[in-house]
Amino acid sequence: MIVCKNIKKVYDSGEHETVVLKGISFSIADGEFVAIMGPSGSGKSTLMHIIGALDSPTSGSYFLDGKDVSKLSDNELAEVRKNNIGFVFQAFNLLPRATVVRNVALPLIYSETPKQEREKLAKAALQSAGFDESRYENLSNQLSGGQMQRVAIARALVNNPKLVLADEPTGNLDTTTGKIVLETFAKLNKEGRTIVLITHEPDVAKHAKRVIYIRDGNIIRDEKK
Amino acid sequence: MLISDLFEETYFAITANKARTGLTILGIVIGISSVIAMIAIGQGAQASVASNIQSIGSNLILVSPGFQRGIGQQVSTGRGNATSLKIEDATAIASKVDGVSAVSPELSRRYQLIVGGKNTNTQVVGVTDKYLQVRNVQLDTGSFITTAHLSNNSKVVVLGPTTKTDLFGDSDPIGQSVRINRIEFKVVGVTKAKGGTGFANQDDQVFVPLSAATRFLAGSDNLSNISIQAANPEVMSLVQEQVTAVLLDEHNIIDPADADFNVLNQSDIVAAASSVTGIFTILLASIAGISLLVGGIGIMNMMLTTVTERTREIGLRKAIGGTSRDITLQFLAEAVMLTFLGGIFGILLGWLLAFGVTKFAGIATQISVSSILLACGVSAGIGIVFGFYPARRASRLSPIEALRYE
Repeated sequence: MIVCKNIKKVYDSGEHETVVLKGISFSIADGEFVAIMGPSGSGKSTLMHIIGALDSPTSGSYFLDGKDVSKLSDNELAEVRKNNIGFVFQAFNLLPRATVVRNVALPLIYSETPKQEREKLAKAALQSAGFDESRYENLSNQLSGGQMQRVAIARALVNNPKLVLADEPTGNLDTTTGKIVLETFAKLNKEGRTIVLITHEPDVAKHAKRVIYIRDGNIIRDEKK
Repeated sequence: MLISDLFEETYFAITANKARTGLTILGIVIGISSVIAMIAIGQGAQASVASNIQSIGSNLILVSPGFQRGIGQQVSTGRGNATSLKIEDATAIASKVDGVSAVSPELSRRYQLIVGGKNTNTQVVGVTDKYLQVRNVQLDTGSFITTAHLSNNSKVVVLGPTTKTDLFGDSDPIGQSVRINRIEFKVVGVTKAKGGTGFANQDDQVFVPLSAATRFLAGSDNLSNISIQAANPEVMSLVQEQVTAVLLDEHNIIDPADADFNVLNQSDIVAAASSVTGIFTILLASIAGISLLVGGIGIMNMMLTTVTERTREIGLRKAIGGTSRDITLQFLAEAVMLTFLGGIFGILLGWLLAFGVTKFAGIATQISVSSILLACGVSAGIGIVFGFYPARRASRLSPIEALRYE
């Protein structure tokens, strides 16, 4: 459950202030599949960073599952990310020269999951992400883009977070592979996970059940299907 | 983050680029091995000098006759004047000085020794039965000068191993006669080889009873020196002071500056020699230390490169829940692992170098446990010192910036 109240973000470069978010309020219930859409420079990435507990708002509050995340320290934010949020990035960000299973199990290092459970959890996550079982021991740099993104999705799922945040997950993929990845998100949503997808492409946004349009730091439209 | 995970991550990271890791480690290997080898050479020199000095006797105090005074002195007693020490002085020291375990008066002169067709010129030392104890001499065969020999003025001789070989070759000399200064002496024993001392060859000399030396050879009872063995190392300087006082009294000298004898303390000689070799060790080790410092800078350079190269990875690790502490630990562990490996290989190489120096250059070396522990500590310390800055830099990266880094 995400609740944002009057979120403002101002970057102060000393000489002049840049207001990126101008007081955004919305809420996302558990189990929703939301796309945040807007052109580049609209503030959607900044919003994603705040929702993902990577950054704190200048003012306003952000509640994640009833907990106020907006005023936490760096270490507390790391804790929130570890337990509650799974990230999928446009550039995959896999560890090169490491196997698929090791890449997926990486977040388990920081949650100090017992070693014997890690492989089981990683394989379960890979299965949820629809990754081909015969390639579990491949090195990540030997995979195709679509396969890489599935590994990244599995990595986002391995700690069993309620919220999966995807930042332009199809940006580096061709249309066909992109579609498969988006269908994977739809499937995960059906299984009960909250998905927030950031994109500038209407074709991608239409896979979501709800689209929040952002322009110049303000929500201009909030559509539910 | 579990310790085992930290090791696993470190292992993956340092094996990712083996050539670079190897070259960086090489810098530390060279640094550590040269420190180990240089300390080994220095300590070897120190030990061999000290053992040479110790081989002339333990807790030894040497009294020798006075030397010539400076120019302008009214009465010159002559260089190496040998008339100031008497047997009575030795007796006085033995009875009046506390903390003395033995006193050995000695009278040495060089004479021609003749056995059949062979002859040699060597040091003939008139000694008492105490000499054996005071000067750390051990017998190879036969017996040494006894008190009976002394009281009977027996014409017996104990040969040093070099002299024995010169005069008798490989045959057994016991019971044979040696003519010293045309007087016949009977061989009763041969001493064991002691090796060079840095002062004189202790193996090329012969011993006769002091009474026989004064009566038949020297014709006077002026001693060439008195060796005194102190009971233990702690009382040496005390004994030295007392000996000086007793001799001044015996010789009726009031001003110590006019003393017609010198008292030398063996521990002073050892200390002087050790301080020279100690400086030598420090000098060698600090030159080697510079290469270790250069190796450390190599580590820092590699870690900074690594942090830049892996910026996105750092961003990812932070995004999936790694704290600043986790990131610091990871990069610090990599640096320490590199220097630690370098330390281990460096110790092995240093040991080989020291071994090689001993084997091929014939210089004594000594590898001490303390230098190995020092090397281990220093190499791990270098990892921490030179790894800390790159690790902090990595941990302070903002995850957002790091993930965007191209």
